[in-house]
Amino acid sequence: MNIVVVGLSHKTASVEIREKVAFAPNQMEKPLKELAGLPDINEGVIVSTCNRVEIYATTHDIAGGMARLKRFLADFHNVSLDVLEPHLYNYHGEGAIRHLFRVASSLDSMVVGEPQILGQIKTAYGYAAEYKASGIILNRFLHKAFSVAKRVRTETKIASSAVSVSFAAVELAKKIFGDLTDKTVMLIGAGEMCELAAKHFLNNGVRGVMVANRTYERAVRLAEEFDGRAVTFEDLFDHLHKADIILSSTGATHFIIGAKDVEEVIRRRRQKPMFFIDIAVPRDIDPKVNNVENVYLYDMDDLQGVVASNLQQRAEEAKKAEGIIDQEIGRFFNWLSLLEVTPTIVALRSRFEEVRQAELAKTLAAWKDLPPDGQKRLEALTSAITNKLLHPPTSLLKRTGQGGRTDLYVDALRQLFELEAEEPQEEDFEELEE
Amino acid sequence: MNALLFYSTLCIYFVATVMYMTYLLKPRELLGRAAHWTVAGGFLIHCAFTIARYLEAGHTPITNLHESLSFFSLTVVGVFIAFERKYHVFILGSFVTPLALILMLASSLYSSAIPQLPPALMSKWLFVHTTLAFLSYATFAVAFGAAIMYLIQERFLKKKQLGPLYQKLPSLVILDEINYRCLTFGFPLLTIAIITGAIWAETAWGTYWSWDPKETWSLITWFIYAALLHGRLTTGWRGKRAALLSIIGFFVMLFTFLGVNLLPSASLHSYDRLLGEKYR
Repeated sequence: MNIVVVGLSHKTASVEIREKVAFAPNQMEKPLKELAGLPDINEGVIVSTCNRVEIYATTHDIAGGMARLKRFLADFHNVSLDVLEPHLYNYHGEGAIRHLFRVASSLDSMVVGEPQILGQIKTAYGYAAEYKASGIILNRFLHKAFSVAKRVRTETKIASSAVSVSFAAVELAKKIFGDLTDKTVMLIGAGEMCELAAKHFLNNGVRGVMVANRTYERAVRLAEEFDGRAVTFEDLFDHLHKADIILSSTGATHFIIGAKDVEEVIRRRRQKPMFFIDIAVPRDIDPKVNNVENVYLYDMDDLQGVVASNLQQRAEEAKKAEGIIDQEIGRFFNWLSLLEVTPTIVALRSRFEEVRQAELAKTLAAWKDLPPDGQKRLEALTSAITNKLLHPPTSLLKRTGQGGRTDLYVDALRQLFELEAEEPQEEDFEELEE
Repeated sequence: MNALLFYSTLCIYFVATVMYMTYLLKPRELLGRAAHWTVAGGFLIHCAFTIARYLEAGHTPITNLHESLSFFSLTVVGVFIAFERKYHVFILGSFVTPLALILMLASSLYSSAIPQLPPALMSKWLFVHTTLAFLSYATFAVAFGAAIMYLIQERFLKKKQLGPLYQKLPSLVILDEINYRCLTFGFPLLTIAIITGAIWAETAWGTYWSWDPKETWSLITWFIYAALLHGRLTTGWRGKRAALLSIIGFFVMLFTFLGVNLLPSASLHSYDRLLGEKYR
């Protein structure tokens, strides 16, 4: 039994392609049932987020199974496979395991370390379990991925630092203000950067937005977008004291806010801290503003410095995370190969037991005057013989692990002892683990 | 028995301090929680020690340096645990538990013999006055820890050096709030401690206020914290200024507590003199 994955992500496909094959989160029953019903496919889980669409499955036939999955993905969304093919990646065995572990640990995310992906995979698994598309192998696989992600999160600092400028600005604001929910942001000027940062602040719970712009109409339009209020540029300093966080990006060629202005504003605010973010080039805010007590000023260079140091830290942490993943792959692989040999071991044992019981019954039937004590001894003797004989092949099978000889041994044993081929059962495995 | 309790407390505080220091390097939630429960366990044993000592001596164990330093440590840990539970900032422990440990170590250097207290001082005021005074000291000690953390974090943010310690320290607002909360608890406590002290002085020595060095320095401490509270409430003294002032306040308070003993003009409150001939 092999684990395979077929999918595409932000690394291989543009958003136009990704949205074509995305699965709607509340309509997972149909695709999952179809997936589980595919020939060659035993179990399946579909992970679909805005950055990736991936199908994890188990199959006996790696190449055939992966082809099935690709065809399924294309057909289900009525997309030509020719269009899809160049964007698809596929992994099997160890590669597939590593892939899911990396995805769940947010090492494969657009923003490495972002926390949402784990929740998304948990939801995806929830659907697969609900519609019985996943089984013993994928259940264990996904649970393992969750625990690996958790290990990575607690043992490395991958999730603790931010990599985009607006993310960095929000993190800084949190270190100054703690909770952002009752804070007000003021946007001075406009621009994509500025709006993006403002959105990020709003997503983090900021309460009010004020917009000041040289063109008042533009301020009004932007204010409407953020459900905030517009301020004329002339009245800027009458309103500045109401803002906790100021995002500035005007096209001005000189400083529009000086240290003297801010000193006055901060007094008016009774020293409540202020955070100025100057993303204009050339700058809008006099750098001396940073020297005013309880005022913090970061310009574009400062923010990029923060991002750069975060990135560097993150690269180091990512290395650590890969190490953890390597370890966990080893452990999971052992389990998987154990799972592969389990039915054979169980079948072999029951075959021996069958023979023993049959022969024992015959002997006991013929030997009528054997005292109960003798019966017990006979019982013990025969079971000691079978156990002694079974021990070497059983432990050899368990030891073989991921080596390529497992199949050989399994086949040989099945033919030599006329064992029936069986799918692994959960109970078998539990029995073996004891 | 008492010695066993005392040294167990000392050891547990040592372990807790090591844990909090490790937490500074590796901030794991689990480690923080373990450190918190360790110090809480130490606190309980410390309480048991103090009560045992009270029963043995027959009065609040606060009459020599051994007892006082231990009692100070006890109140610091108690107040710290309360604040840590309220604000969930384990890292505060990295700054406060070392202080509790140092106090215990200092205490262990002094003789643990139980002094015979003159009958005039044996009154309920001993308990009321000293407990209030020590509780106020303890809140100021926690304020001191928060103030140090504030200054470090503020410097990181101003200088834009956002190293590993920056990541671990809580936000400026939280640190400032802890400082303020300590002040709002500590200042009234100190005020009542001074008033009850005056009443006790009247009953024991016949005068409310005798400008004894300890009394004078208590008043200076009181003025510093009064100024800080006033500044906060009126002109919004907060952040760096408040942090600096509460650090100054803490050192003045320490001098009130310990340094007065070193002054050449012996104080009525001086621990070695407390029982000596100076007592009237």
